[in-house]
Amino acid sequence: MAGVSHWWNSKSRPAQWGYMVPVVIFLLALPVLNPPIITTEPYTDFPIALFNAAVFALIAIGLNVVIGQAGLLDLGYVGFFAIGAYTAALLSSPDSELGVRYPWLVIVPIAMVVTMISGVILGTPTLRLRGDYLAIVTLGFGEIVRLLADNVDPLRGNRGFQNIARPGGDFPDGTPIFSQTDALGFYWLAVMIIVIVLLFMGNLERSRVGRAWIAVREDEDAAELSGVPTYRFKIWAFAIGAAVGGLSGTLFAAQVGYVNNQRFDITTSTLYLAAVVLGGQGNKVGVILGAFLVSYIPDRFQFEPTYRFLIFGVALIVLMIFRPQGLLGMRQHLLANGRQAYQKLFGAGTAVAPSGLTASSKARGDLSETVPDDHAGTSPRGGGE
Amino acid sequence: MAHAAPLVVHAEPWINFDVGLLADRFWANTINGLAYGSVYALIALGYTLVYGVLQLINFAHSEIFVIGVFATYLTFISLGFEPGAIPNLPIAAIILDLILAGLVAMTVSGLAAVGLERVAYRPLRRRNAPRLAFLITAIGASFAIQQVIRIWRGSNPEGTIRLLPPQPVFTIFGAPITNLQIVIILASLAMFVVADQFVNRSRLGRGIRAVAQDPATATLMGVNRERVIMITFAVGGILAGVAALFYLMTIPQGAVYNGGFLLGIKAFTAAVLGGIGNLRGALLGGLILGVVENYGQSLFGGDWRDVVAFVLLVLILMFRPTGILGESLARSRA
Repeated sequence: MAGVSHWWNSKSRPAQWGYMVPVVIFLLALPVLNPPIITTEPYTDFPIALFNAAVFALIAIGLNVVIGQAGLLDLGYVGFFAIGAYTAALLSSPDSELGVRYPWLVIVPIAMVVTMISGVILGTPTLRLRGDYLAIVTLGFGEIVRLLADNVDPLRGNRGFQNIARPGGDFPDGTPIFSQTDALGFYWLAVMIIVIVLLFMGNLERSRVGRAWIAVREDEDAAELSGVPTYRFKIWAFAIGAAVGGLSGTLFAAQVGYVNNQRFDITTSTLYLAAVVLGGQGNKVGVILGAFLVSYIPDRFQFEPTYRFLIFGVALIVLMIFRPQGLLGMRQHLLANGRQAYQKLFGAGTAVAPSGLTASSKARGDLSETVPDDHAGTSPRGGGE
Repeated sequence: MAHAAPLVVHAEPWINFDVGLLADRFWANTINGLAYGSVYALIALGYTLVYGVLQLINFAHSEIFVIGVFATYLTFISLGFEPGAIPNLPIAAIILDLILAGLVAMTVSGLAAVGLERVAYRPLRRRNAPRLAFLITAIGASFAIQQVIRIWRGSNPEGTIRLLPPQPVFTIFGAPITNLQIVIILASLAMFVVADQFVNRSRLGRGIRAVAQDPATATLMGVNRERVIMITFAVGGILAGVAALFYLMTIPQGAVYNGGFLLGIKAFTAAVLGGIGNLRGALLGGLILGVVENYGQSLFGGDWRDVVAFVLLVLILMFRPTGILGESLARSRA
C-alpha cells in the first residue's frame, strides 16, 4: 500500500490525471459490462445500485470537507441533502405551490446556493462553539429540517412531490438518457459530477483555504495564534460541504423523481458519518471507498436493513478503537510549492509519511517520527507551509 | 374558550399563534411541564456527570435510558400485568410493584452504562484517542444499542401498561394536578437531592469532583480515576433507570427502540441550559425546558413541540453556551 502511494505521489499532476482517465472510463463502463461477481443483480438493479453508491460517494466527499478537512463533527449533514432535494422539488414539481417548472440545470446552481446559505446560517452562530457542542447543534439542525418537512404544509409531509425535473436528452434510439427506470445516464452524470467536484476539492485543498482547514483541524488555538482566521475558514468549510450536500440532494431527487419526508432522519446522517470514518477522514479516495462499501455491500449481499444499521454502528466503535484513521488513512502531503521544491531537491515522492504513520501518531497530529529516514534532518515539511 | 378567540392568529393552517390557549392552559402546562421536566432533569444528570468527569457528550446515554424503559416494561410483564388491561390492585401492591420495577430498571441501566464504558470508551482512553474519536464511538454505540433493541423487540412500540391511572387530586388556579404528576415531581426531586448530596458530600463524590477538576492531580492524591469514571457512569445509568420508570408511567406507550433519541437530545439541551457539568443546573434546565416546551405546544400547536426544544437548544448555545448556572462539576460547592 505504501509502495503504491509512494509511486503515485512521485508522479507529476498531469501524469496523475493521465492515469486517472482509464480508471474513470472503467467506472463509466462498469454498469454496461455488468461483471458477474461484482454485479448486484438479481437482488438490485446494477445501474441503480451504482448510482446510489455514486450519490453516497458525493455526499461523503462533501461531508469529508467538514469532518476530514476542517475537523468539525457535523451530525446534521442529511439536512443539507434534504434542502437540496426539497429545493429541486419546490422549483420543478407540479405539486409545488410555487408553480414554476425550472429545468434541472437551472435548479442545480440555485439549490447549491440555497444549501450554501443554509450552511452559513447554521454555521454563523454555532461554529464559535466547542467541537462537541457543534455535534449536538448540527444534530438538532438536521432534526429541525426533518420536522419542518413533516409539519410545514407547503412541504407536503408524507405525500411528497412527484415528477421532479430531470435532465433532458435522448439516446440515438430515442429512449431518454435520464429516466427513472434506467439509472445508466444518471450514473454517468454522477460520476462526471464526482470527477469535477474532486478536481475542485483537490485545488481547494492545495490552496490557502485547504491549509487553513488542516491547521484548524490539527490545533485550532495554534492556528488562531498563527494568524489563521479560523472562524471564517470553518464557515467556508461548512458552506462548501453544504453546497456539495445540496448538489447530491438534487441529483438524488432528479433520479428518483419523488421527494417526501421519509429519507432524512438521523439514521441516514449516521450512515454518512460511517462512510466517511470507515473510508478514512480527510482522504478523498478513502471516503469514496467508504461510501461505496456502505452503499454497495447491503445491495450486493442483500442484508436485512436492520442488520445493516447494526453492523455500521458496531463498525464505528471497532474502527475508533483499532483503526481510527479508517481504511485508507489521511496522508500528510506537501502542498503547493512545497511539492515542487521537494521534487527538485530529492527527485521523487511528496508524501511526508510513506509508511510509518501509525494510528495514534496520526490521530494526535504528531508527525515527528514520520519523516522518511533518508531525509531525516532535512524535514521537508517546512517547505510546505 | 370563546373569550380567547380574538387573540388567535391563524397565520397558516399548519401553525398557530394561539396566545389565548397559552393563557388558558398556563397552569396546567406549568404542572405538566414540571413533570416532564423532572424526567429530562434525571436524564440530564447522567449527561452532566459524564461530561464533568470526561468532557465527553455520552450520546449513548439516551440508549441507556431506553434500556431502562424496556427493563421497566419487561418487569411489569413478568409481574403479571397485561398490556391494555387496567389493573385492579390495592394501592400498596401497586406501589410495591412500581418500586420493584424501578429497582430493576436502575440496576439494568446502571450495569448497561458501566458495560458501555468498559466496551466502548475505556479502550479509547487507554489509547489516548482524540476527542473526535470518543464522540464517533459514542454515536456508534448509540446506534448499535438502538438496533440491537430493534432486532430484539421489533420496531413497533410495546403495548401500554398503566399501573397508576392518572386521577386529579387537587387543583391549583383551576389546573388539575394528578396523582401521577405529584409522584413524579416529588420522587424526582428526592432522587435529585440524593444525587446532589452524593456528589457534594460523600467520599466517592469528592473523588468525582476531584477528577473533574484535575485528573492528573487527583490521581497523584490517590484517587483511582478509572474507578471514579466507572462510578460516574453507574450513577448516571441509575438515574436514567429512575427516569425510565417515570417516563413509562407518564407515557405508557413509550417503550420503543428509538424512543431515546428525542428524550436524549432534550435532556442534553436541559443539561446545557443549566450549565453542563453542573448538577443543579441540570435540574433547573430540565424543569425550564419541560415547561417552555409545553407553552410552545399550546402556542404553536402539538407538531411544533420538538421544534421548540431544538430551537431553544440552538438559542442557548448561541447566547449563553455556559448555561444559566455556569459550567463545571469541579467548581460546584465542596
